[in-house]
Amino acid sequence: MKYLDEFRDQKLAEPLLEELQRAVTKPFRVMEVCGTHTMSIFRSGMRSLLPEGLDLVSGPGCPVCVTSASHIDAIIEMAQMENTRIALFGDLFRVPGSKNSSLANASSQGAHIDIVYSAMDSLDLARKYPKDLIIFLGVGFETTTPGIAATIMAAHNQQIDNFAVFSTHKVMPPPLIALLDDPDLQIDGLLCPGHVSAIIGAGAYQPLVDKYNLSCVVGGFEPADILQALVLLARQIAKGEPKVENAYTRVVSWEGNARATKMVDEIFEPADMEWRGLGMIPASGLAIRDKYAHFDVTKRLDIKLEPAEEPKGCRCGEILKGKEQPTACPLFGKRCTPANPIGPCMVSSEGTCAAFYKYGD
Amino acid sequence: MKTDECVLLDHGSGGIASQELISKLFLKYLDNPILGSLEDSAVLPNQPGKLAFSTDSYVVDPLFFPGGNIGTLAVHGTVNDLAMRGARPLCLSLGLILEEGFPLQDLERIIISIADCCKSADVPVVTGDTKVVPRGKCDKIFINTSGIGFVADEVSVSSTMAQEGDSILLSGSMGDHGITIMTRRAGISLEGNLASDSAALHELVALLLDKLPAGSLHTLRDPTRGGVATSLNEIAEACDLTVEITEQDLPVHKEVRAACEIMGLDPLYLANEGKCLLLVDPKHAEQALELMQSTNVGREAALIGTLTAGKGGRVVLRTGIGGSRVISPLHGEPLPRIC
Repeated sequence: MKYLDEFRDQKLAEPLLEELQRAVTKPFRVMEVCGTHTMSIFRSGMRSLLPEGLDLVSGPGCPVCVTSASHIDAIIEMAQMENTRIALFGDLFRVPGSKNSSLANASSQGAHIDIVYSAMDSLDLARKYPKDLIIFLGVGFETTTPGIAATIMAAHNQQIDNFAVFSTHKVMPPPLIALLDDPDLQIDGLLCPGHVSAIIGAGAYQPLVDKYNLSCVVGGFEPADILQALVLLARQIAKGEPKVENAYTRVVSWEGNARATKMVDEIFEPADMEWRGLGMIPASGLAIRDKYAHFDVTKRLDIKLEPAEEPKGCRCGEILKGKEQPTACPLFGKRCTPANPIGPCMVSSEGTCAAFYKYGD
Repeated sequence: MKTDECVLLDHGSGGIASQELISKLFLKYLDNPILGSLEDSAVLPNQPGKLAFSTDSYVVDPLFFPGGNIGTLAVHGTVNDLAMRGARPLCLSLGLILEEGFPLQDLERIIISIADCCKSADVPVVTGDTKVVPRGKCDKIFINTSGIGFVADEVSVSSTMAQEGDSILLSGSMGDHGITIMTRRAGISLEGNLASDSAALHELVALLLDKLPAGSLHTLRDPTRGGVATSLNEIAEACDLTVEITEQDLPVHKEVRAACEIMGLDPLYLANEGKCLLLVDPKHAEQALELMQSTNVGREAALIGTLTAGKGGRVVLRTGIGGSRVISPLHGEPLPRIC
């Protein structure tokens, strides 16, 4: 397949690995922000090939993993209401809340839950089940938000009344700033998320370079893309000249996608958001604007978020901050497995714990 | 069948309506002297060798999909389970649980498929049963088939027979069935020709057992639910050795790969309904490969790896970029991802 096979080819990977070997002249630590990067690194077996001295830690970029337990509890509560149907992306199905429940459990007890592949599919559900309120779970970063904004716009234009969104949408730079302000976290560079950057533009990371002296390289998701980004990071760090570089120019521009951003701005406004593991971060989420309040399920059903405790013993918080590896968690691989996950990092196909469990040694 | 006719509770009552269904539908397509006798059980002639017995239930949704339907799966699934122990399938039972209101036209389509598969596999249905449950108590139609087969005395094929150094072969491409069902369920239409690989493998197995030197075919597994990854883990576990496979050697159709990329799925974990994994003495691997490739169901067969000493119960994949990673068994249903 074009754009995939060539980037997964040993012929391309080998010289990049040799170049990386040469570029790593002192030990350094890079955070791969995005869950898709984490998964690609594991799936390609790249960890077994990386030079010594290069330490990769996973960041808070798996949207399912950073969805707070209070949000999951609220979702389960909505699923159990009369005349509601939950439409969601598959990864969310098994995420546990704080009350020993998950949507998978709610589904087994009769809640109506539909896994969809595009937010627009929930409008079809709205037409099919006119007596039910279809609640789409808006989870994700800048990559997924434009599609959901477009869906709300379509529902508005087509006057579809029985559709609403539960917005836990998050935006990317603020959690990175929250992490970088934490003196315990020592990182030298960021492998910046390719698809988020396609929307917000590579320029969005310049403030991180200016304030934190951090090397930032936007990378694609295939093994050769990641290796190229790591080479650029290693060179920057060796020279001590941090800057923003774009190693994913076939998709990402410096400015980003203005049309998508405009559509998101039309529907959503910045809001404080609770992150699993990171707590409340100002202006790190998106709420539906008053003009479209009819599509905001929290207003429509008067949903209040209750404080929720994280599962006892679960280290997802520290893992999401890149402070600990999954293997340091007492539950990892024992009580917490992909079949019976306790923490969110084990549930999502892009979660760090799931990656370690599936592909680790 | 008329287009508006549907299954009634009466059809499962055992009375006149049941008899009509048997004579006008089941016997019309599936008839043979043993089934046609309508006795309480089928009495079968004895055969030389060891007896193999297997059962499986089929609840697939959607019922009809490119490449097959629930009926083709019900025949091929049980025939293949018998074949995976080196058995020559002799006959099947057919149990149907029907939901009240299920269109008789759809039932007829399924029975015709079952009859066609039985005929081409030369494995008749010799006994059967039908129950009807009220609307909402089952999802349209559930099928159970059980099968009996015979294994020649000198044949011994099982996961525990796998030996260090064995070559691992796969009879064709991975994931065709799983991705066809998942994209149908999701209502995703993709260009290309995604179709289930539903097929009977017993003739392929018979050919291998006939032509390969005695004792050189050690293990057979059909990687259905859980895919090739899960079956290889089961084999590694059973023989307490390490399975090593190479990513580039894994046969996957480009349509399947494309759909997997879109949905965030791995073809190693997708179900197959007409493929088998073989563990063969490496001296005869080339011959086994050629034999498989000479058949229609095995035309895309490939040598995908080796069984090695090392940590027992482990499956390791050599990746495209030259790295390696562990392949774990499937945990839960594969779910499509967010982004």
